[in-house]
Amino acid sequence: MKRFIGFIKKEFFHIFRDRRSLFILFGMPIAQIMLFGFAITNEINNVDIAVLDHSKDATTKEIINKISASKYFSINQFIDRESDIEIIFKKGKVKAVLNFEEGFSKKLIKDNKATIQIITDATDPNTANTISNYVNAILQQYQKGLNEDITIAYQIVPQTRMVYNPELKSVYMFVPGVMTIILMLVSAMMTSISITREKELGTMEILLVSPIKPIQVIVGKVFPYIFLSIINAIVIVVLSIFIFKMPVQGNLFLLGFESVLFIITALALGILISTISATQQTAMMISLMGLMLPVILLSGFIFPISSMPIPLQVISNIIPAKWFIIIIKGIMLKGVGLQYLWKETLILVGMTIFFMGLSVKKYKIRLE
Amino acid sequence: MSITVSNISKSYKSVKALENISFNVKEGELFGLIGPDGAGKTTLFRILTTLLIANEGSATVADFDVVIDYKKIRNNVGYMPGKFSLYQDLTIEENLNFFATIFGTTIEENYDLIKEIYVQIEPFKNRRAGKLSGGMKQKLALCCALIHKPKVLFLDEPTTGVDPVSRKEFWDMLKRLQQKGITILVSTPYMDEAALCDRIALIQDGKILQIDTPQAIVKHYPKPIFNVRANNTYQLINSLKAYEHNHSVYPFGEFVHYTDKRADFEREDLIQYLESENLSDIEIEKTLPTIEDTFMELAK
Amino acid sequence: MNKKNVIEAQNLTKMFGDFTAVNAISFDVKKGEIFGFLGANGAGKTTAMKMLIGISKPTSGAAKVAGFDVFTNAEDIKKNIGYMSQKFALYDDLTVKENITFFGGIYGLSRKSIKEKSAVLIEELGLEKVASKLVGSLPLGWKQKLSFSVSLLHDPKIVFLDEPTGGVDPITRRQFWEMIYKAANQGTTVFVTTHYMDEAEYCDRVSIMVNGKIEALDTPKKLKQQFNVANMNDVFLKLARG
Repeated sequence: MKRFIGFIKKEFFHIFRDRRSLFILFGMPIAQIMLFGFAITNEINNVDIAVLDHSKDATTKEIINKISASKYFSINQFIDRESDIEIIFKKGKVKAVLNFEEGFSKKLIKDNKATIQIITDATDPNTANTISNYVNAILQQYQKGLNEDITIAYQIVPQTRMVYNPELKSVYMFVPGVMTIILMLVSAMMTSISITREKELGTMEILLVSPIKPIQVIVGKVFPYIFLSIINAIVIVVLSIFIFKMPVQGNLFLLGFESVLFIITALALGILISTISATQQTAMMISLMGLMLPVILLSGFIFPISSMPIPLQVISNIIPAKWFIIIIKGIMLKGVGLQYLWKETLILVGMTIFFMGLSVKKYKIRLE
Repeated sequence: MSITVSNISKSYKSVKALENISFNVKEGELFGLIGPDGAGKTTLFRILTTLLIANEGSATVADFDVVIDYKKIRNNVGYMPGKFSLYQDLTIEENLNFFATIFGTTIEENYDLIKEIYVQIEPFKNRRAGKLSGGMKQKLALCCALIHKPKVLFLDEPTTGVDPVSRKEFWDMLKRLQQKGITILVSTPYMDEAALCDRIALIQDGKILQIDTPQAIVKHYPKPIFNVRANNTYQLINSLKAYEHNHSVYPFGEFVHYTDKRADFEREDLIQYLESENLSDIEIEKTLPTIEDTFMELAK
Repeated sequence: MNKKNVIEAQNLTKMFGDFTAVNAISFDVKKGEIFGFLGANGAGKTTAMKMLIGISKPTSGAAKVAGFDVFTNAEDIKKNIGYMSQKFALYDDLTVKENITFFGGIYGLSRKSIKEKSAVLIEELGLEKVASKLVGSLPLGWKQKLSFSVSLLHDPKIVFLDEPTGGVDPITRRQFWEMIYKAANQGTTVFVTTHYMDEAEYCDRVSIMVNGKIEALDTPKKLKQQFNVANMNDVFLKLARG
């Protein structure tokens, strides 16, 4: 036991003396949360649009007022000719143009049908999509207001309600993702680097030719990072609660328990990486390419899994991050407990046992 | 016997690192493995310190088998690998403390063993290992390898990259450790260090060329050796190589070491020959062979 | 002076803050001489050599290398010298031929002359069979001989060797020194920095640096006589211990 404590003490020396890594370790989660929370967002706010109103009647005025009153759009200019549309798009001043057809009001009353063309600048397809959705929503609301007076038989009126994140705040989506990335990075990359560093320095040789047991080396290496990762997880959760007012509907203890479980999964992966790489550089490359990219691309953090091609959907199942994101979204946003998340939790436990077993089996008591 | 090695062979893929190596080291002996880089010294050290398993043959260290009883060996040997292998970001004291703890002991417990060496670096004990000079690093590494009072000490090229003063101090330290009853196996590419060992094994390309005391090894050199010097060393070497009676010609410091094929060497004949080759200031004198001469003769 | 000096240093000094790494050293090296530049780690020999090869500006003093001033003509110096170190020599992941072509190229040799020179070089070293093999797969001794030849590819006036033969087997080492003798005989000056004293015995003249100063400079023979010892190692020990 004294040996083990001595080993852990040494590990903390390494960590605290490497100021740069330490800064990255704690600076990164804060920077990422801020970045995702404030800067990178798929909400739209005060998007500049232009209007080409061929009818200029009461209805179009009303609709235009409604749109410009919303916080999503501000009307930048009115144009008179179709040919101007392309000109202003090219100037890049507006993201969308609303084109009301001639005799809008009359047609609406006479034929019960009038057309607005929504032309969006799709060089940024995401924004274009969002803009057209928002405009549609406003138009629908307006239409509903009109229809209140008239009853038309058999009309289907879809009522969309966004649950759990009614304001569609993107930070709600990013916090679980960022937390997953950070925990993965700190746990897997840092441990794999710290173990391979001993190999590279040649100190691993001395450790092997000493009575210290391999398991003590591994656990000793891993222990400080469990500790650091927990601190990181707490920092992220506290930041998201206090700065972004993210609710934690479910049990904080359950959140803590699941986070520790995921940290251990990632650590086990880190050890596994260290057993197959000889240098710190390789360990870092494998961690980045092998862990970070799948976490970002295949975990459902940014791209919804359900819209991926089937083979990628299948592959996403072996990404631990996918299950962890489901779990934290469940706890933080839906407030569900273990009775709903036991399946995902079990999968993580299984993965951890598998990686641990594999790395213990692969860990060499000799060189090669 | 403190170390026994019998018929050890080891290959990496197609490269034969060690071929049928056998030797014994007695208790309390200072035994040197002398050979150039790539001779297989490090591989042999790793087999003996249980880090590698040989393809063939067997070996024991402190009476424990290197494969079966590897755990016991790990408790009883000190090992200083060729590369500087301490934690650069830890101080002298922290490094030493760490290695004491993982060997289940304390600095105080075995202080008398390392005292002589440690007092030399103690003034800098709060300095990080990465900031030490080569000589100091080497002393610290030796302290760390000794902290658990090992029965056998393995030192893989401890003096590579160290200046002559520190080298001398290091060998003095080894002599004193030997007097305390520790068996020492040391490797070096420097032939001049061979004379400081009790017995040596000359090793090249994974094969042992000879094992004996340094004195016996030079004594058994088969031919008389002559120091030859002239006004132009380069021409001298070429001329000697072209001389019909030459057995070997090697530049050797400020001289050229020359051996002759004939049983009785004719000095005047060689002088005449060299003069006919337009060389002047010719000096020829008999000299004693060195370990290096033997090594070259055996490796020829 | 019957031979031309190719290196002349007068009171060459380099300070790092308050620390004087090289303290007013003065010496000359003649054309075709094998000059040993000795000293313990930290004695200042690497710093001194960096000034001579034009990659570090002296704090004060003067020095000319191959006729060029180290203060004003550092770039010309680099064109006229070769450099070989045990630490950095050749690219392990390039073949013998590729290495030769590459280094010939950075010294501005024409494609034709690279072709001719590499054919000669490969033949002289007996590397015909391995010319298309990766340098990393060659034995250490071959690598060092090859790397020395490459440093001579552009016919430099002076070649600087940084601890060239550490760890090589004795026979290869002899072959290496024979190559050095040959180069010197053809008029190339050889400047060897080392802390292996037996390497010093091969040099025409040696200087020994202690704490930034040159404490001794003469032929090995005379130095041994002066200190009344049998080898350069003992000369060094006596000097270093004051």
